[in-house]
Amino acid sequence: MTNSDWPLYEVFVRSKRGLNHVHVGSLHAPDDAMALRHARDVYTRRSEGVSIWVVRSDTITASSPGEKDPLFAPSGDKVYRHPTFYDIPDNVPHM
Amino acid sequence: MNDDHDSAYAGLLVDDAHWAFGEAAHDDPLAGMDTSIPAGVDATELASYCLELGDDALVLAHRLSEWCGRAPDLEEDIALSNIALDLLGQARLLLTRAATADPSVVPPLPDGSPVPPEDALAFFRDDHQFRNTNLVELPNGDFAETICRVLVWATYRLALFERLAAHPDGVVRAVAAKGVKELAYHRDFAAQWFVTLARGTEESRRRLHTGLAQVWGYRHQRGEDAVAEAVLAEVLAAAGVAAPDVGPVATSSHTEHLSRMLAEMQVVARAHPRGRW
Repeated sequence: MTNSDWPLYEVFVRSKRGLNHVHVGSLHAPDDAMALRHARDVYTRRSEGVSIWVVRSDTITASSPGEKDPLFAPSGDKVYRHPTFYDIPDNVPHM
Repeated sequence: MNDDHDSAYAGLLVDDAHWAFGEAAHDDPLAGMDTSIPAGVDATELASYCLELGDDALVLAHRLSEWCGRAPDLEEDIALSNIALDLLGQARLLLTRAATADPSVVPPLPDGSPVPPEDALAFFRDDHQFRNTNLVELPNGDFAETICRVLVWATYRLALFERLAAHPDGVVRAVAAKGVKELAYHRDFAAQWFVTLARGTEESRRRLHTGLAQVWGYRHQRGEDAVAEAVLAEVLAAAGVAAPDVGPVATSSHTEHLSRMLAEMQVVARAHPRGRW
């Protein structure tokens, strides 16, 4: 059997101790509601998550590997953009 | 950036929560629970009731596990296995409760056998000693039939477990409280697929009707339940499916299907009654 007719979805899970949803993988599902259930069954079997997002893969606009240099190389030599010259107070979380 | 926030899998092994019921429950599913018999409760009746509920879960868990590796796709394969594992968990707790309430229900094993009571009940009873309904022992049909069976069974089981919150035995109450969350998902999963198949293709609708007709008559085998009937009526209405014209099938002795299922399920355990697993 094949589910090649079903659209591909990307799955994002927020873990118990996580602050943001993290991409964990992809799956096939016939519709959005079923994609959420599939994500629950495939990616949260070991108590990984407290929240799930699913989004159809074909709705994602992605950068192309061929554009890597024009997009990302120019920031490589601009070390002054990193906030490494500041002391971050201990009581500022999640930095 | 803390590494924990980059991975959904970080922080899983921080305590013994990765054991289904805590690490102690690996050997004893009721570890830490008060298993004394409450005043006014008949221990023999309690054991018998726990065997009924436990056997339903055990037999359906085995039927669903037969889908493992054979479901229409990977996602459904895992979904059905997840449901099977939830039900196996319910069976472990209930069979263990039956054994603590009335040890005489546990079949005798050879001296020196390390087999715990829950396994002795699951693997060393004969077919006629099982208390499950016919609904769960019927052989698997196609995916639509399984969806119909899970829908009917989980709807009835959930309605029952919600009422068991008032059961006099604390262990039964705890099993029910845990099971309600599991069954709510099983029912939701099956209902979602029921509606999807009903509104799918001519073929999916035909298979759904056939599957529903096969299981519909068995749904009252633990007694008719108005709450469950109302939920089923709602799902059928949402799917635009008429209830099959099938009369109730009275609970009868087990079919040969249970015997064949148990032969496969029990053969290894029975061949090695002193085995450690």
